[in-house]
Amino acid sequence: MSNEKLLSLNLKIWRQKGNKEKGEMVDYRLEGVSTDSSFLEMLDLLNEQLVEKGDDPVAFDHDCREGICGMCSLMINGQAHGPEKETTTCQLHMRKFEDGDTIVIEPWRAKAFPVLKDLMVDRGALDDIMAAGGYVNVNTGNAPDANEILIGKESADLAMDAAACIGCAACVASCKNASAMLFTSAKISQLALLPQGQVEREQRVINMVEKMDELGFGNCTNEAECEASCPKGIDISNIARMNREYIKAITKTRS
Amino acid sequence: MVTRLWLYLNSSIVKKQIMGFTGLFWCIFLTGHLAGNSLLFIGPEAFNTYAYKLTSNKALFYTAEFVLLFFFISHLAMAMKLTIENKIARPDGYYMKQATGRGSTFASSTMPYTGLIILVFVITHLLHFRFGPVYMITHSGVEMRDVYRVLVEYFQSPLAVGWYIFCIAAVGVHTSHGLWSAFQSLGFSHPRYTPAVSCISKIYGAIIFLGFSALAIFCYLQGGN
Ligand code: SF4
Ligand code: FES
Repeated sequence: MSNEKLLSLNLKIWRQKGNKEKGEMVDYRLEGVSTDSSFLEMLDLLNEQLVEKGDDPVAFDHDCREGICGMCSLMINGQAHGPEKETTTCQLHMRKFEDGDTIVIEPWRAKAFPVLKDLMVDRGALDDIMAAGGYVNVNTGNAPDANEILIGKESADLAMDAAACIGCAACVASCKNASAMLFTSAKISQLALLPQGQVEREQRVINMVEKMDELGFGNCTNEAECEASCPKGIDISNIARMNREYIKAITKTRS
Repeated sequence: MVTRLWLYLNSSIVKKQIMGFTGLFWCIFLTGHLAGNSLLFIGPEAFNTYAYKLTSNKALFYTAEFVLLFFFISHLAMAMKLTIENKIARPDGYYMKQATGRGSTFASSTMPYTGLIILVFVITHLLHFRFGPVYMITHSGVEMRDVYRVLVEYFQSPLAVGWYIFCIAAVGVHTSHGLWSAFQSLGFSHPRYTPAVSCISKIYGAIIFLGFSALAIFCYLQGGN
């Protein structure tokens, strides 16, 4: 049963024509937003109206709109992905807002994430961290038999939890230090917990942390805002695991 | 080799481990400091004799002081370096930023500020007591510094007591987050023990606050003696 209502909203949106241009907050008034629509559908409605008027629509990232791809990325009223726990922006519904609300919408902010246009930022830095070590080497040839490599249930569960990270970077956006440790530790944990990840285990953590630092992310101060904003509930115990892995790796490797 | 080592020491992980390690060291010192100073409650002789024993082996005493100072300065210098680096990591701030209410706490988000209060406090603390007035007294035939009198005299002013309690509150808040944080940075995390560590951390902060405050109030109440 739908209890659909229509909302009138005041939007404050960051508009920036391009990477080199200066941006600013712009006010919009939007009427007739269904409480059944998603946050991104609300922006679609705004964009339709802007296009009709011949204005430039607001650029924002999105793809799957079902919480699995990690593309959507908005700072909503000062919170990454908005106020709901473990919810991506695309899964946030307008029924969480009241008629007459003012909603502030900004892009992720970090030195490592330059703004491309309006609400879109370049999150390629996370890909660079992955390329530095977020992989395993496997033999080519026939597909291995299922269950050929035995994995304990607990390790499998923990690895699965870490693998739930969708790379959205809300952790970086919400961290007051713009640190990427939650993301990086999720990727490191996922592979360190599985037998397939053992060969590169030490070199992986060294390389990925080195890349993360080089890209200009901040230093973690254990505030746990990352965990609190993560749409996939990635736990900061992964960061502790990375800290441990790092110390082990730098004392063990000989290079 | 050397450049590798330098890279490791400068990594975001080792930097916070240095914070954690030096902080943990100071937490251990504070525990001993509180336990030793609790002898104040017993009386001048017990307290003065304790202070005398602690400082009579000069070589050991100066080494201990040096180590404490070294850890303090490392913690402070690293904190400043990290704070600056973290500011650089987000050059354009948010128009609006709100905590989720599910992560950071009052203690965690005020670490740099409570830290600054502690810095001022430690300097004044040393000036008032370590380098404070020297009175001599003889207990059981041994002449020693009457530190008891220095403390009681200093805490006769309610303003001194107020300032002290304010600073100790900062220490309590700082360590209530810091102790847990050190464990997390050093990589100690376990579903069974981590909740206990975070709880102990808060209790530790409370004990530090209550314990040292009680000492200051006790000295104030000794007025005239
Ligand atoms: S750890 Fe969570 S918040 Fe960070 S990138 Fe992964 S899914 Fe997004
Ligand atoms: S659009 Fe794919 S996760 Fe939101």
